Amino acid sequence: MTYNPISVTQLNQYIKGKFEEDEMLNNVLVEGEISNFKHHYTGHMYFTLKDENSLIKCIMFKSYTSHLDIVPADGMKVMVLGTVSVFERDGTYQLYAKAMKQVGKVGDLRAAYEALKEKLQKEGLFDQAHKKPIPVMPKCIGVLTSNTGAVIRDIINVSTRRNPNVVIRLLPVPVQGEGAAEKIAAGIQLMNERQLADVIIVARGGGSLEDLWPFNEEVVARAIYASTLPVISAVGHETDFTISDFVADLRAPTPSAAAELAVPNIKEVALKINAYQNRFEQSLLRKVQLMKLRYEKCMTSHVFTEPLQDITQKRMVIEGKAKSMQHQMQSIFQKKQAQAQNTILKLDAYSPLKTLARGYGIIQKQGKVIKNVVQLQPQDEIQIRMQDGEAKAKII
Amino acid sequence: MKEKKFEEVMQDLENIATELEKGELDLDQSVAKFEEGMKLAKQCNTILENAEKRITVLLQDGDDLKEENFIQEEEE
Repeated sequence: MTYNPISVTQLNQYIKGKFEEDEMLNNVLVEGEISNFKHHYTGHMYFTLKDENSLIKCIMFKSYTSHLDIVPADGMKVMVLGTVSVFERDGTYQLYAKAMKQVGKVGDLRAAYEALKEKLQKEGLFDQAHKKPIPVMPKCIGVLTSNTGAVIRDIINVSTRRNPNVVIRLLPVPVQGEGAAEKIAAGIQLMNERQLADVIIVARGGGSLEDLWPFNEEVVARAIYASTLPVISAVGHETDFTISDFVADLRAPTPSAAAELAVPNIKEVALKINAYQNRFEQSLLRKVQLMKLRYEKCMTSHVFTEPLQDITQKRMVIEGKAKSMQHQMQSIFQKKQAQAQNTILKLDAYSPLKTLARGYGIIQKQGKVIKNVVQLQPQDEIQIRMQDGEAKAKII
Repeated sequence: MKEKKFEEVMQDLENIATELEKGELDLDQSVAKFEEGMKLAKQCNTILENAEKRITVLLQDGDDLKEENFIQEEEE
């Protein structure tokens, strides 16, 4: 019977191969506490990562350590990104770290952020009622940010594009690190005290929570709240929300957006003003046309075109009435005349004069007509009336 | 008298336009409003045209504040 053993090297190589085939082990993110930390003179870092029950050896090569923004130390809680592989010489596996971030501190920052946010919210620092409107046409834009880098460049580019005559005052401030918050707050105060601008942009480019931290500090929040000049906050990327964003009168998702919000597009404004001028002209023109139309309508009225027509018409009516009056008078007169003649004829027929003419006489006693003999006594004096006069007589 | 804010003037322009467009004013009033509006529009245009590009950096030296033209540093 022949045995066919493999060498230790071969075994470890085989195991290493198995590790390398595994995708998870090739790119693993693991959290733990650092212990046995050694920063070797070669520049590599050796340490173990542990939790309550277990540990793993770790190494971070010099080429990666330069990217670290923390100084690892024993007891530090970290998150490590790396590859698990086999160290063939010792037959051990270990974590080859490529990046490392402190965990506990970020957790603390997050908690501090939430606590401050809640506190200031309760105090009313985020109240909509306190927010000031951003002026439509600020004469001067005050910018608080770093005087180098993309942020100020973007703000200047966007602002200049929108308004070629823009006036910008940059007050350079550190936007990260120790003391930055105090400088930012002092800058806001200075802008207010000396009235250096009509609107303030507080801006910073994207970064980690630690990088953006000054904008999560109370001193900055209070300075923004106290500012009588409207403040636009543009910190980090669109997805980053800082305390400054909440307190500011307006939050811009990015520094470029802040410039767009602060600087009016001059062409649009000019167009708008031009549109108003057009509207004024059109309205007045319409008014004049309307008045002209009314005037013309009035002038076509027959009152103006034939001013005598009405009078002629009325005169004709009057004349008609006068004529008809005349006719009526005439006809009444004629009727009455005929009646009168008729009566005269009758009267004439019955006239006592006619009787007298025929030879009759009228006897009167004391003015009374005597019709019967019994009315007369002897010696009565009477008057006899005849055709041509009167004669006195005495009854015998 | 305090200078009117740009947005206030713009609002005035809007008001005048609306009032004129209603057409309820008599001719004299319309002409007066028209003239007022045109004057305001001209003022706005003057503001737009007279601004002069200026990008400065404020340098603090103790209590002193100096203002210099801002020349952007080339990126490294």
